Amino acid sequence: MAKIICITCPKGCHLTVDEVTYEITGNNCPRGAVYGKNELTAPTRVITSTVAVSGGEICRCPVRTESPVPKGKMFDVMEAIHAVRIVSPVRIGDVVIENVCGTGVNVIATRNI
Amino acid sequence: MREVIVIGGGPAGLAAAISARDNGATDVLVIERDTCVGGILNQCIHNGFGLHRFKEELSGPEYASRFAENLDNIEVLTDTMVLEVTADRIVRAVSRDHGYMELQAKAIVLAMGCRERTRGAISIPGDRPAGVYTAGAAQRYLNIEGYMVGKNAVILGSGDIGLIMARRMTLEGAKVHACVELMPYSGGLTRNIVQCLNDFDIPLYLSHTITDIRGKNRVEGVTIAKVGPDRKPIAGTEFDIECDTVLLSVGLIPENELTRGAGIPIDRRTNGAYVYENMETLCEGIFACGNVVHVHDLVDYVSAESERAGKAAAIYASGNKASGRVIEVEAGNGVSYTVPQKIRPENCDKKVDMFFRVRNVYQNVRLVVRDGDRVVASFNREHCAPGEMEHIVVPVALMGNAEKLTVSVEEVK
Repeated sequence: MAKIICITCPKGCHLTVDEVTYEITGNNCPRGAVYGKNELTAPTRVITSTVAVSGGEICRCPVRTESPVPKGKMFDVMEAIHAVRIVSPVRIGDVVIENVCGTGVNVIATRNI
Repeated sequence: MREVIVIGGGPAGLAAAISARDNGATDVLVIERDTCVGGILNQCIHNGFGLHRFKEELSGPEYASRFAENLDNIEVLTDTMVLEVTADRIVRAVSRDHGYMELQAKAIVLAMGCRERTRGAISIPGDRPAGVYTAGAAQRYLNIEGYMVGKNAVILGSGDIGLIMARRMTLEGAKVHACVELMPYSGGLTRNIVQCLNDFDIPLYLSHTITDIRGKNRVEGVTIAKVGPDRKPIAGTEFDIECDTVLLSVGLIPENELTRGAGIPIDRRTNGAYVYENMETLCEGIFACGNVVHVHDLVDYVSAESERAGKAAAIYASGNKASGRVIEVEAGNGVSYTVPQKIRPENCDKKVDMFFRVRNVYQNVRLVVRDGDRVVASFNREHCAPGEMEHIVVPVALMGNAEKLTVSVEEVK
C-alpha cells in the first residue's frame, strides 16, 4: 500500500493506493482515483515558466504546458523553454512550442503582451 | 458623486467591480496603484488557479485575464495611489496623469490585498548582507523582470509562496537546500509540499528556524537550529548550510492603512476589518473583501467573497441599507478567527458562508456551530490544518433566535 497525497486540487486528499491492483481509498472525487494510479505508474506535472519576449511592456512572457507532461521530462522541457525567444504581440493560448520534447503537449503563453 | 469606488485592481477588486456592475451599479470606478490590473496574480505564473470557479487549472495571469477582459462599463484608473479614505466615503488619490483627486462615493469596496512579513518583522539575528528577499519579491524578480535572485537558496517558512518559489528556483537551475519551518506543521497547502518540495527532494525541516545569517556583501550561509515547544532554539542542535540567498515566506499582513485611517475597527486576529455577512465593515457603506480582510489560500474564494462585497456595495449605493439584529460569531476551541464576525440574519439569503482557520492539525474532527449548548450545524472533517482555510455554509433558518454563535473544533465521539 502506497500512501500519497493527491495534488489535483487544493484539498490534498490523503490517498492509499494498492500497488498491485491500483485500488484507491481516501479520495473524495474521481479525479483522485485517476491521479493515484498515474502517480504510481506514470507521474506527470504541468510545467510553468517564462520565455523572453521583446517589443512588449514587460520582458518575460509566462508560459505553461497545455496539459501535464511526464515528470521525468521536467528539466528537458525547461531547457526547451529557455531556448525560446518570442516577439510581442502574444495572446493567451498562443502556442510557443509545439509538441515540446516529443511529449505531444504544446507550451502555450498565459499572458497577453 | 461616484456610485461605487473599488480600491485595488487585484483579484478581489476586479471581482467586486464586476459584481457591482452586474448587480445594477452603472458608475463603478476601480483605482489601482500598479500600471495594470491583476495584482499579484500577474507574478503567480504557476498553475492551479480557478479549479473551483472555472473547473480548469489556470496560471495566475490567465485567471486575472478572465476578469480583466470583463470590465465593460467599469472605469479603471491605473498608476493611481489612494492616499486616504474617510468614513463619509471620500476617496483622496493622486496620479501622474490626473494629479490630486477628491472623489465622493456612495459605496466603497476596500480590496487592497496584503503584503509580506519581512526579516525585520521576525527579527532574524545576524549580518545584513544582500541576498535576503521575501519570497514574493523574488517571485516578481524572476517571473516578471526575468532576474534570478540567487543560485543556492534556503527558504525560511513554508507558506505557499515559499514552496512555489522552491520549485521555481529549482526548475530555473538553482539549488534549494532546505525549507525551514518554525511550527511543527507546514503553513502551506499539502499539495504544494508534494509538488514543490518532495518532487525535487528538497528537505523540509519542521520545528526549526534560522538563528544566524552570515555574509559581508552577499549571504554566505545560515545557521539552522531545532526549536522546542516554546518555539525557542535549542542549544546544541545548530547546523550550517552554505547559501547565497535566503527567501522568507513567513506570513502575510493585510494592508489596512487606509482602513485604519478611516477609523474602521480592525479585528486583531485577522488584521483585517470586522465584517458582516455581506462584507460590510462596521463603517456603513464601506465594504472589504479578499486578502485585506483575511489572508486566503485560494483566489477562487477571494473572487467569490469579493462578488458578495461588490453586490452588497451596489445594493447599498442604490439606497438599500442593510439592517436588522446582529448575531455575533465567536471563535471557540481550536478556531483562530471567523469571517464574518457578525451576521444580520434578516439581510441573508437563506445561508451564510463562514470562513475560518483552525489552530492546529486535527484528524477526524467535527466543526461545530453552537448557540450556547444547542448545535446549530456540524461538519465532519477527516483532516484540518492551519494552512488550509475552512469553509462552511450555515443555513440562516437554523440560527433561530441566537444572539451569539460559537464555531469550534470538537472531537468525534
